[in-house]
Amino acid sequence: MQIEPREYVAPWRIVFAPFAAVIVSLGLGSILILWVGASVSEAYLLLVKGALGSSFALTETLTRSIPLIFTGLAATIAFRARFYNIGAEGQLYCGALAATFFGTGLIVLPPLLMIPFLMLVGALAGGAALAIPVMLKTHLKVDEVVTTLLLNFVILLFVGYFLEGPLKDPMSMGWPQAEPIIDEGLFPSLVDKSRLHFGFIFAIIGSVLCWAMMRFTVWGYEIRAVGLNTSAAKFSGINVNTTVIRTAVISGGLAGLAGVSEVAGLKGYLTLDISPGFGYTGIAVAMLAQLNPLAVILSAIFISMIYVGADSMSRAINIPTYIADVLVGLSVLSILVSVMLTKYRLRWR
Amino acid sequence: MALLAFHNITKSFGPLVANDDISLSLEKGDVIALLGENGAGKTTLMNILYGHYTADTGHIEVDGKQLPSGQTDAAIKAGIGMVHQHFTLAENLTVLENIMLGTESLWSLSQKQSAAKAKLAKMSEDYGLKINPDARVADLSVGERQRVEILKALYRDARVLILDEPTAVLTPQEADSLFKTLKSLTEQGFAIIFISHKLHEILQISTRVEVLRRGKIVGSVATIDADRAMLAEMMVGRKVERPSLEAMDCGKPIVRLNNVTLRDAGRKVSKVPKLDQVNLTIHQHEIIGIAGVAGNGQSALADLLSGLSIPNEGTFELLDVPVTQASPSNIVRRGVGRIPEDRHSSGVVGEMALWENLISEDLRNAPVSKAGIVIDRKACIERTNDLIERFDIRCEGPDAETKLLSGGNMQKLILARALAPEPAFILANQPVRGLDEGAIAYVHEQLLAARKRGAGILLISEDLDELFSLCDRICVMYHGKLTQPYDAKSVSTSQVGLMMAGQDLRQTQDQMPEISNTPVKESSHAD
Repeated sequence: MQIEPREYVAPWRIVFAPFAAVIVSLGLGSILILWVGASVSEAYLLLVKGALGSSFALTETLTRSIPLIFTGLAATIAFRARFYNIGAEGQLYCGALAATFFGTGLIVLPPLLMIPFLMLVGALAGGAALAIPVMLKTHLKVDEVVTTLLLNFVILLFVGYFLEGPLKDPMSMGWPQAEPIIDEGLFPSLVDKSRLHFGFIFAIIGSVLCWAMMRFTVWGYEIRAVGLNTSAAKFSGINVNTTVIRTAVISGGLAGLAGVSEVAGLKGYLTLDISPGFGYTGIAVAMLAQLNPLAVILSAIFISMIYVGADSMSRAINIPTYIADVLVGLSVLSILVSVMLTKYRLRWR
Repeated sequence: MALLAFHNITKSFGPLVANDDISLSLEKGDVIALLGENGAGKTTLMNILYGHYTADTGHIEVDGKQLPSGQTDAAIKAGIGMVHQHFTLAENLTVLENIMLGTESLWSLSQKQSAAKAKLAKMSEDYGLKINPDARVADLSVGERQRVEILKALYRDARVLILDEPTAVLTPQEADSLFKTLKSLTEQGFAIIFISHKLHEILQISTRVEVLRRGKIVGSVATIDADRAMLAEMMVGRKVERPSLEAMDCGKPIVRLNNVTLRDAGRKVSKVPKLDQVNLTIHQHEIIGIAGVAGNGQSALADLLSGLSIPNEGTFELLDVPVTQASPSNIVRRGVGRIPEDRHSSGVVGEMALWENLISEDLRNAPVSKAGIVIDRKACIERTNDLIERFDIRCEGPDAETKLLSGGNMQKLILARALAPEPAFILANQPVRGLDEGAIAYVHEQLLAARKRGAGILLISEDLDELFSLCDRICVMYHGKLTQPYDAKSVSTSQVGLMMAGQDLRQTQDQMPEISNTPVKESSHAD
């Protein structure tokens, strides 16, 4: 078997790649379903029904996709500049912590100002959380994968300290949780009698803004140039360090917004389990979207569909919910392979 | 029976036919020179022989037996040894370890050391390739590293040696010693394929010359019957004419380097600075050439002049104002046009569109962007269309992906970016490397036109012919030091060659023409 580059990459291949990846991952996942003795068609039908089959299911799926859109964008922007931010999980908690700090009564503004204010401080906190790793990278060439990843655990412990100490809600019956966000800061609901909140609109706006930034602005140009060919970017006069730092702050800010939206949109107060790994799943979202900010929306909804659907599937038939993690993992692997196959062909002999 | 024979080898990559029905054979003791321009198909043919590529049609025979295609290990077993242009040695291992690596099984690496050492010692003796087997490769000179590469091939019982541009990194003296080695190898029955585009070497070392052009063998002559002009014409396909330099008075100084020393950045501080007390003045209306073997500080000089670094000691003045900040965008704004050494790795972003690469040097200025924030796509496309026409860039349009351009057109793109703003100073670092003759002529014309309108130009090149035909004055770099400039018409190629090897010609002053440090006012070499 030989791998040869394609001279010409047809656009349809690029569009088709993620769908092929999804189909392949569902195919591979069905092996596991067969293994536990369930029917594949029934399992996948239940999964789709559980994710999209009723207005409750649909709104749940969309609600779950909100933090994934934000963390997916965080990974997308950073990876475009080849800054491998694996720390969206920590930045998410920083954003949530900042929203909690300012949003539980310290400052009271009318909702029209309060919500943007909370989003701003959350984004700043998320961006600030990336300041240490990015400075270590630009000034001392420390690998950002290691620092951002490890900082996640530091931040989580830091948040834990606040929830057990200074920010602990005295009414929480001893649980480590913060006081609730004041009403002025809560995101309005989007669909009645559902948990779907205004964060979804913010996430869509965020995606469009990111897309526009990458496509139309000097910043976006610099991010792409640095990611595609650092030495050419440097030679032509782009300040690579400034660009990487700016990218990191934007990326961290987006991850911070995920935290704000979970606290002020969904839960109403900060606990240590607001994120079941949204930061990490965001990487999968970004990969599946092939680092396209608009595709992040679809990719996040798809992945959230798998998680929400797998929950109800496992309740109906005896398949562990871990199948969702497996499917998401498989879809990331398959997208990597299928993206490679858009650029290369395999020749058998 | 031929030791090695190619039979009707054809290989295409998409629409490009890299090798077109190539047949050739060699016997023991032969030195076949494969001569051809960049992209003529020399390397492709050797990659097919070595099993990196599979030929579309045709086959290769060694001793009359067909060589299985696409299998490097089969080629090695059949006695084919490749000495790559870029060495494939592990720097932190010793010579012996490098030679055993990939030959002996990793399990028995330590046990077989003494046997390998004995074999290596015998080989060194037999072929006159002296080397200390326990030396670390990192400590070896370039010439010695090449010797290790050759020994590695011989250790694997190669009978046919392929040398791909072996002298590109050598001084003339090291090249001579390489040629002696090759002579002694052929006397002992080895056959050699020598890939090069340097005519004088080919005439010196080979027994037969095979000329490749656009994938085809266009000529095959015994070296005794060949001469330079004939080979050059065969290689290019027409008579080659070099541009001539119009006499011109040089004007005011544009760039001035005073005692510039540049050291390695970072933690690893080497003893030898990259630039050592360099003095240089470049005036309007003149082209100064920098000759030298690759790796003697030319890159450091280019980095300095393109704004990537600033001197550790000494001053760099541009139009009488010192440059104090390492900033490419700043230096471009102050009137420097830069043609980088490697257009793929630092010239363009291949995955971006043509128009995007054309604006990369003034992103934050109108009309490229509005207020330095939003890129004005329409204005950029207009500008690109204009430059595509002015610089004759053959492409699908401003939106085409830059990496799809041919080498010559990519270089035109870089020329357009660098020269369109009419810079006062132009740094041209290896501007014609890897280009075909047509593109070379174009680049030279552009540089001469810039000289005419009043730009000062620094041309860094490894090709002495290019330097002599294009430059008013020539300096030589050796170990980070720069000689004084010599008038191009009063210094000879061999004198420059000696200086490239580190000889100080000032000690033998009487052989040299009168040299002055002041600019040549009365240039009159309109030849």
